[in-house]
Amino acid sequence: MNKNPFKSKQYATTEIFRARPRDVEKPEEDRPNVPQGIMTKCPRCTKVIYTKLLLKNFKRCDECGYNFKVLSNERFAMILDDGELIEYDKHVTTKDPLSFPGYGDKLVKTQTMTGLVDGLVTGKGKIGGCPVMLGVMDAAFFMGSMGTAIGEKLARLFERATKERLPVIVFTASGGARMQEGIFSLMQMAKVSAAVARHSEAGLLYITVLTDPTTGGVTASFAMLGDIILAEPGALIGFAGPRVIEQTIGQKLPEGFQRAEFLLEHGFVDQIVPRDQLKITLGTILKLHAAADKDLTDQVSS
Amino acid sequence: MELTPWEKVKLARMPLRPTGLDYIERIFTNFLELHGDRYYGEDRAIVGGIAFFNGIPVTVIAQQKGRNTKENIARNFSMPHPEGYRKALRLMKQAEKFHRPIICFIDTPGAFCGLGAEERGQGEAIASNLAEMMLLKTPIVSIVISEGGSGGALALGVADKVYMLEHAIYSILSPEGFASILYKDSSKAEQASKDMKLTAQDLLSFGVIDGIIPEPVGGAHTDFDKIMLSVKSVIEADLEDLLKLPMDTMLEMRYQKYRKI
Repeated sequence: MNKNPFKSKQYATTEIFRARPRDVEKPEEDRPNVPQGIMTKCPRCTKVIYTKLLLKNFKRCDECGYNFKVLSNERFAMILDDGELIEYDKHVTTKDPLSFPGYGDKLVKTQTMTGLVDGLVTGKGKIGGCPVMLGVMDAAFFMGSMGTAIGEKLARLFERATKERLPVIVFTASGGARMQEGIFSLMQMAKVSAAVARHSEAGLLYITVLTDPTTGGVTASFAMLGDIILAEPGALIGFAGPRVIEQTIGQKLPEGFQRAEFLLEHGFVDQIVPRDQLKITLGTILKLHAAADKDLTDQVSS
Repeated sequence: MELTPWEKVKLARMPLRPTGLDYIERIFTNFLELHGDRYYGEDRAIVGGIAFFNGIPVTVIAQQKGRNTKENIARNFSMPHPEGYRKALRLMKQAEKFHRPIICFIDTPGAFCGLGAEERGQGEAIASNLAEMMLLKTPIVSIVISEGGSGGALALGVADKVYMLEHAIYSILSPEGFASILYKDSSKAEQASKDMKLTAQDLLSFGVIDGIIPEPVGGAHTDFDKIMLSVKSVIEADLEDLLKLPMDTMLEMRYQKYRKI
């Protein structure tokens, strides 16, 4: 680990977009003449890495262990058996309920730039042979903020999982509620929590994987409602953002505050799992619960 | 006279307005305050306890602002810590056990943002309330009496019926916070208050709340007796309706109320 593992800026969107080959960056004069997207620079230790190698290495810097942001499509490739996802509700989008000035245009721009409809992709797949419903937030889209589209997709995912009696895994990455949708965003917290509660009441498993960053209304709703809560190393996880807290209390926050390791220490995370171990860990958890479910069905049927 | 959203923000924050305890003392009888979350501490930003409402035992929970600086410091300006939300949940679970309806009075700028609040899991505390309130097998009525700020308000606001006072506000964030995030300038709070659509009238038109409780001319603070009477009659009518419903129907209606937003 380097001297200051938490130094990096939180929402390093440029690096996110750099990983997408179809995105076009503004040319910089002092940039060496390397074809677009072949190399990626680690924002923490500044090592320059082959992008292909980086993807193979779970988007982790082999020098300092820095976790690059993972896009939803990359996450599915890392986690699912054969990377195969049956996507649900692909076209659910926001209706801009407040008719918020400038929001509509910004949405279209972001959709074009990211190729996403909103900041969450949901669907069904298999991990270690176990079928599972999956939701992956994408910080490349409005910093993964939750508005009506994300709320609706998650509610549908949990309802579907309850009906099909399947576990749910949600990867969180969010700056909080989508400000441009105001009170409607706030109400999504209640809506999604309600669907989670019903899924839980049906005796079904819900796992959350908290990735960098998970804050605000997402932390204060479905992120913290998992039966099992995992986190990626070094992920920022909190209710209020660090800047807001510093403004409120008028002092600098201690190093490592609100990082995954801090939450584990305070009892809010079950395990911190490095990326290369995530799939196997999730597979084991799913198997443990599938076994319990099977025993139960066997008992009932015999 | 129509008030602008910004005028409503200012009115909702006026120290003279009736606070949670004013409603508790005037609408309920034999109020017995119950303290503590049983895990960590007592949070005076939230007052909770048991009382009679028209002879029916109920659990009543209120976010409490102070009238002056000293009171506000004791109440942390009605910005609860996790233990406040956990106390509220403890009392709500207790209400379910003893078949008591729950009445919540919401009045907070938001959940507190600080070191201790984060260390003790502000996010987890609010999340638990949202999920648990959805399943509570007892009627819940929540009323935003002045200021309903963010998840800190919603954590008492998952209910069968949600009302706002005529000049109350309810929003994702304070207009100041909203302006500083979206306009990068907290002094544009007045503009934010317009764009956010945070008035009771806006929220009723969105279907986010069930009704508006009219205030006396000039605001709730001008006539305590009158506003208490209005609030009381709303609770009365709702409890009568809700207590008649089969539990499954009530819970399904509660679920659908949020599901459709």
